[in-house]
Amino acid sequence: MKLRKSEMAAIGSGRGTMDSQNQVQSDTVDRLKLLYPNVNEEETPLPRAWSTKDKFSYIGLSQNNLRVHYKGHGKTHRDAASVRATHPIPAACGLYYFEVRIVSKGRDGYMGIGLSAHGVNMNRLPGWDKHSYGYHGDDGHSFCSSGTGQPYGPTFTTGDVIGCGVNLVDNTCFYTKNGHHLGIAFRGLPPNLYPTVGLQTPGEVVDTNFGQQPFVFDIEDMLKELRARTRVAIDEFPLPDEQGQWQQVLHRMVSTYLVHHGYCSTAQAFSRATGQPIDEDIASIKNRQRVSKLVLAGRVGEAVETTRRLWPGLLERDPDLLFLLKCRQFVEMVNGTDCEASEDGANGVATSVISHTGRPHKRSNGVAADAAEEGGGRDVDMAPAANGDHEDEALPLVKGMPGVTASVAALLPDRFEADASSQRASVERMLAFGRELYAMSQKLSQDLYHKSMLEDAFSLLAYSNPWDSPVGWQLEPVRREAVCDALNSAILESQGMQWSSPVEACVSHARSLLRRMSRASLGACAFADLSALLAR
Amino acid sequence: MQQFTVFMDIESSRSYIDELYSSDAVKVMEALVTLKNSVIGSNRQKSSVISQGVVPRLLQLMSEESLDPNIRLEATITIGSLAKGTPENIDSLIEKGTATALVEMLKTVPLGSKLAEAALCALRSIFSHKPAPVDALPADMRLLTRLTQIAREDSQEARTSVIRVLAVWCSGTVEQEALTCAGACSAAAAMLVVPPRSVPSPSRLVPALELLAAMCFKNPNVAQVALNTRHGDKSIPELLMCLVSRDKPLVVALKAAKCLTFLQRAGALPADDSRIVFGALPCLARLCTKENTEDIRASAAEVLAYLTEVDTSLQRLAAISNHLMSSLADIVNCQSAAAKQGAFKCFASLGANDEDIRKMIIETHGLMVHVVNGLNNPDPCVSLAAVRCLHSLSRSVQQLRTTFQDHAVWKPLMQLLNDSPGPELLNVGSSTLCNLLLEFSPAKEPMLDQGAVEMLCNLTKMSDPALRLNGIWALMNMAFQAEQKVKQRILCCLGTEQMFRLLGDSDTRVIMKMLGLLRNLLSTRQHIDAIMSEYSSQVMQAVIVVLEGSYPAEVKEQALCILGNIGDGEKSKDLIMANEDVLRKLVDYLAHPESKLQEAALFVAGNLVWRGEAGAAARQQRLAELGLLRALKLLRASHHAAHLHDKVKTALAQFNEFT
Repeated sequence: MKLRKSEMAAIGSGRGTMDSQNQVQSDTVDRLKLLYPNVNEEETPLPRAWSTKDKFSYIGLSQNNLRVHYKGHGKTHRDAASVRATHPIPAACGLYYFEVRIVSKGRDGYMGIGLSAHGVNMNRLPGWDKHSYGYHGDDGHSFCSSGTGQPYGPTFTTGDVIGCGVNLVDNTCFYTKNGHHLGIAFRGLPPNLYPTVGLQTPGEVVDTNFGQQPFVFDIEDMLKELRARTRVAIDEFPLPDEQGQWQQVLHRMVSTYLVHHGYCSTAQAFSRATGQPIDEDIASIKNRQRVSKLVLAGRVGEAVETTRRLWPGLLERDPDLLFLLKCRQFVEMVNGTDCEASEDGANGVATSVISHTGRPHKRSNGVAADAAEEGGGRDVDMAPAANGDHEDEALPLVKGMPGVTASVAALLPDRFEADASSQRASVERMLAFGRELYAMSQKLSQDLYHKSMLEDAFSLLAYSNPWDSPVGWQLEPVRREAVCDALNSAILESQGMQWSSPVEACVSHARSLLRRMSRASLGACAFADLSALLAR
Repeated sequence: MQQFTVFMDIESSRSYIDELYSSDAVKVMEALVTLKNSVIGSNRQKSSVISQGVVPRLLQLMSEESLDPNIRLEATITIGSLAKGTPENIDSLIEKGTATALVEMLKTVPLGSKLAEAALCALRSIFSHKPAPVDALPADMRLLTRLTQIAREDSQEARTSVIRVLAVWCSGTVEQEALTCAGACSAAAAMLVVPPRSVPSPSRLVPALELLAAMCFKNPNVAQVALNTRHGDKSIPELLMCLVSRDKPLVVALKAAKCLTFLQRAGALPADDSRIVFGALPCLARLCTKENTEDIRASAAEVLAYLTEVDTSLQRLAAISNHLMSSLADIVNCQSAAAKQGAFKCFASLGANDEDIRKMIIETHGLMVHVVNGLNNPDPCVSLAAVRCLHSLSRSVQQLRTTFQDHAVWKPLMQLLNDSPGPELLNVGSSTLCNLLLEFSPAKEPMLDQGAVEMLCNLTKMSDPALRLNGIWALMNMAFQAEQKVKQRILCCLGTEQMFRLLGDSDTRVIMKMLGLLRNLLSTRQHIDAIMSEYSSQVMQAVIVVLEGSYPAEVKEQALCILGNIGDGEKSKDLIMANEDVLRKLVDYLAHPESKLQEAALFVAGNLVWRGEAGAAARQQRLAELGLLRALKLLRASHHAAHLHDKVKTALAQFNEFT
């Protein structure tokens, strides 16, 4: 049903399609995503159902592979049968939990709930073999890779909800019965275990909740505890004396950060207050600050010129950076914040060539009115021009600018016929700039990154209202920051300084450590909330 | 600022102390500041200053309303500093009326002022001392209302102080009710709110939780008010529920669980309330686990013992929660008396009602050894708790036969009871003894050798009816199917005089058990005749006393049963037959409106007229003369006695020769 909704939406508009897709995802995924925010499902998918392949033949599955029933003879323990979940438990869950409701205990209620590693015999109940762990309903015993159980908890039967939790920080497993914590059952668990259930007599049926539904047990309470505990562990981690001089280290970090980003006066004031030395001379910082300000204001052309003047040869040595700047310059031209200072000498005329369809109008009048007014009833091709293969395009391409359809280019002068010819000139200038940019890109190594950057930028021209288009995000001022950072880093590097500030290096180092922890099955990575730690 | 050293001696400090008494406000102020600075952080200086007698002057400077507020403030702060000294320092402060003076001051000082805060801070320090001078704070509504107003509105420091003081002060029903009227519940509730994303502060939360617990303890009225008190969008139980969660500091979670427990035990929350079942109970079970510190575990076990003391469903739930049994067994192993006591009490509560749980407790590794060791513990609190645990477990028939025997638990128990025990220990201990003396308990014999009979007879002479009951009950159990020499020993040791005294006991239950003892003594034919040959007159007299006295029906029933037993003896029958008075009563009871008395009388009659025994015909004739036959026939015709008809027929059948 959900799928159909999105198909229908696709007929409407591109935007609608995206929204409804998000809708479909959030309905089914959100709960698990909320439970395990640090799991990267592209690398380590979460168990969401029982596997139709990784099971013994006496196991039947139904209800989206969440209900398990027994369909064997159930005469002896040789008739035991198990099923594993589709995926092993990712370590980045930190604390993993699932619940099983006993729909029917069947003839004898010989049911086992637990965990097993890949490849463990499925003609058995969980817990009986090596790397297999289970809690059994008939006697309430726990089975830790052994045919004989240990007294563990109460028995369970029809109507009970049994939960199984895996703490991936200390590698322990606990169970719950009807929302009550029964205590730790297993310690020293190996990594990459699968949720597993096993049944042994006819009539046994269980339903499973891998987290798509609210749990009976308050797992959130334990998650909070682990988060708090991890935080304490981080706070109280002992450091050797020479590294434990926090005040000093923090001052240094703040100071270098301010210098790095060219907050010149602040850096000087901070330096006076804390006695931190500044390793760069003030004039150099001020120069960087000037260039950064130009980029952040969208006046990229001026920034390029200033850079050329102050650091000759820098951009020539780094064509990738220059291309990045030029691309941004093109975007800013669409935005109306940049004009080629070299050409008309005007210092940043803050009007777009297509400012008439700009955001302020759209906001006050609404899309429909604008379109009717300016499009003159003509249909505009809404398909993003950056879609790759353009051979089938019905309209001829603008020469020298792949991805820009002739309709748009032809449209432009048309649409501004009421305006002064200077605007026509700036449109033409922009197109000329675009051609130059394209030519430049041809000289660069043709990697996907550059290609898509250019295509995104050109795509802006495909819309009557670029601000409200699927590629409109490029026009956001916040997008200037990355460009600004790249330029700043390059300048610093050319001066023989660090290309990134220690505090940012520290944060990105911490991030990549967390990713490594996740790959190395260290569950604590789930609870080291970097942004919360930084927000303090 | 004036320089001074910590090692200033008395002589050199003399000068500014003299200035304290000056009439010049500036000089007084200077002297106060110097004094304050000298005592901060130095117990030696505090003691020295107090011994120089400045406290009364400080109190005067503090209380005099006409004085410069700054002088009053400095004096109060100095008093507060002295109150942070040694227990002896605080004793002498209290002795000089400091607590009263501070309370008086709080009646008038403006709320929100520094002076009020300093006074409260000083009072808090004094109240942290044991015993706290609770009498200094009268249950005066105007004063209490003022204090709770401070607790609601004043600075954080003042609020915390006043709540601490009130928490210590609240020690009885009067205080509980007074504080509730003054609005202390809502003041406490306001303190329990933890703003989102902030770290909960134990120093703020714990006093409020302690106050709430002290107010609700065993007080249904206050608990009901607390239940309905809200702060913002949350009621007090909901606020407490937030505080028992796992990410809160352990001491906060413990105290919050304690409040929920007290609310439940005071009847404000049902035992199946989710805040008990999913809040307090799992929290306490978690706090009992090994990872926590000994004092947290000890307190958690103690609170859990109280929570699960009566309700079987909570006992069952606790028993499966978070490996509580092994957690408690670990706590028993801890060194401190508090830990051992808490764990034993908790075991006692858990095993109170459910046989399966008792089995789980017994099977907990090595527990019985610890219980026996606990009985021998020199700390009376520990041995008492161990006896409570044993008492709970002794309700299990299976344990009496096996584990208790294996560990000879009776030995240390007898020792405790013979070693001038306190009233509580005596009570629980003798109750346990009752269970140990049940007929099937193998401990019976060795206990007799240890002088159990003498001890129990002594118990029956105690002024506490509960102890008399336990004593006579245990004797009754002991006499059940006992050997004749045991019975003789009991009779001999108890003495007929004491027997009659017990029959006149104010507690009906004691009389019942006394008669029960007689029944047990007078069972099996040989024993009946043997005992009656010696004690016939006393026994008969006892029966007559009961039958003629104004006793409830169940007591008289017991007396009739004794008669029935006597009637079963060979020679003893004649004792009844010879007593026309008794026989007439018997006939009367057959027509008694109380059916159980009819039945008992029928039992006696049946034994007397039984055909197969020597002299049966004569007895039948005599009884027929006295109207027994007619009474039986009437009984047979009665619709009300339909359930007795079979027995009536059997009795009538004995009279064949007459009918």
